[in-house]
Amino acid sequence: MAQLFHRSFNTLSKASIVVGGLVAATALTLVATANTTSWTTYVGVARDQTPPFSHKHHVAGLGIDCRFCHVTVEESGFAGIPATKVCMTCHSQVWVDAPILEPVRASYRTDKSVEWLRVHDLPDFVYFDHSVHVAKGVGCSTCHGQVDKMPLMWRENTLNMGWCLSCHRDPAKFVRPKDKVFDMSWTPPGDQHEQGEKLVLENHITSKTNCGVCHR
Amino acid sequence: MRASPILLGLAVLACAFASAGCRQDMHDQPKLRGMRGSAFFADGRGVRPTVPGTVARGRLNEDELLYTGKVDGKLADVFPFEITRKDLERGRERFGIYCTPCHDQTGSGGGMIVQRGMKRPPSYHIQRLRDQPPGYFFDVMTNGFGAMFDVSDRVKPEDRWRIAAYIRVLQLSQNGTLADVPPAERTKLEAAQ
Repeated sequence: MAQLFHRSFNTLSKASIVVGGLVAATALTLVATANTTSWTTYVGVARDQTPPFSHKHHVAGLGIDCRFCHVTVEESGFAGIPATKVCMTCHSQVWVDAPILEPVRASYRTDKSVEWLRVHDLPDFVYFDHSVHVAKGVGCSTCHGQVDKMPLMWRENTLNMGWCLSCHRDPAKFVRPKDKVFDMSWTPPGDQHEQGEKLVLENHITSKTNCGVCHR
Repeated sequence: MRASPILLGLAVLACAFASAGCRQDMHDQPKLRGMRGSAFFADGRGVRPTVPGTVARGRLNEDELLYTGKVDGKLADVFPFEITRKDLERGRERFGIYCTPCHDQTGSGGGMIVQRGMKRPPSYHIQRLRDQPPGYFFDVMTNGFGAMFDVSDRVKPEDRWRIAAYIRVLQLSQNGTLADVPPAERTKLEAAQ
């Protein structure tokens, strides 16, 4: 019987060990990289909405406080998307003929909800609570970025677990005085870590890192 | 016979992408959270509107003064609880969030939204409003007035009272005289003149 494999397969089989390893490593690297780019994290990707709501106009231009619309942010896990009535508080009088606002008026007329695209959408196995973060001195802009400079909303941060933990392991890097939480112009002082450590003690910040805090 | 390296590589790639691709099931579970929509209900809302007439436990709101701003059907001239400095500070904060866009920081009615075309509200400092009892301001916040929508779904009754108290502060502030200033501060003011 003739040999099943040609002599050259000796070399090929050795090479396949190296090549196989390389292919596997490349594949893993590709997947890992893809998970950190905005292709999957949506960081920095402005999302279209109907109507195209501008935080920049309403926050920086008009000086409206976050809580005017996000009513439950201080007492509930969910900050809340405003009811159409909140939009109509002003838009029953201002820009009443603007075609861009027709979806809002239609919603008010018909009592059908405006369907907003959720920009900061956490996985369903994560239970984040706004109220405790706001109460302890984590400012809006720490996680959401300079919303007052966003014509359309985008994610400033990945919202992945490593990012959460970067603060939970050392909150002093990010916490600010309680009266500055909703202040979009606040920037960390030069001695942020020192100030932060004081705030952590003063405000009894005991950021946990065990799984059950966020995952149930 | 062994699998060729190319086949092996493809298999690894397929596994890697499959493991990255199948994750969405746990990320997007078919449950209701927050204000997420729902295909189950005809109106598409996951947040169910309450049936008319529903009274939540502990929310019968029997206290006429606290919840309507009235006593025996007449606008109340008293507050339902003692107003402390803390209440005033809370009132100032809530006023800043919900009222200043139109009424402005001093209550004169020239807020940013008014500058952009909203109907101008009357100043708190006109005699008609200076003469109104606190229950009047509570009532306006609770039921709306003219072009102003009510804020009852966003500002709790207690906070509406605190805002009403802070409106009193604003009214005082615009009509103060030198005699209202404590003697120690008065000399400073006079020196500044």
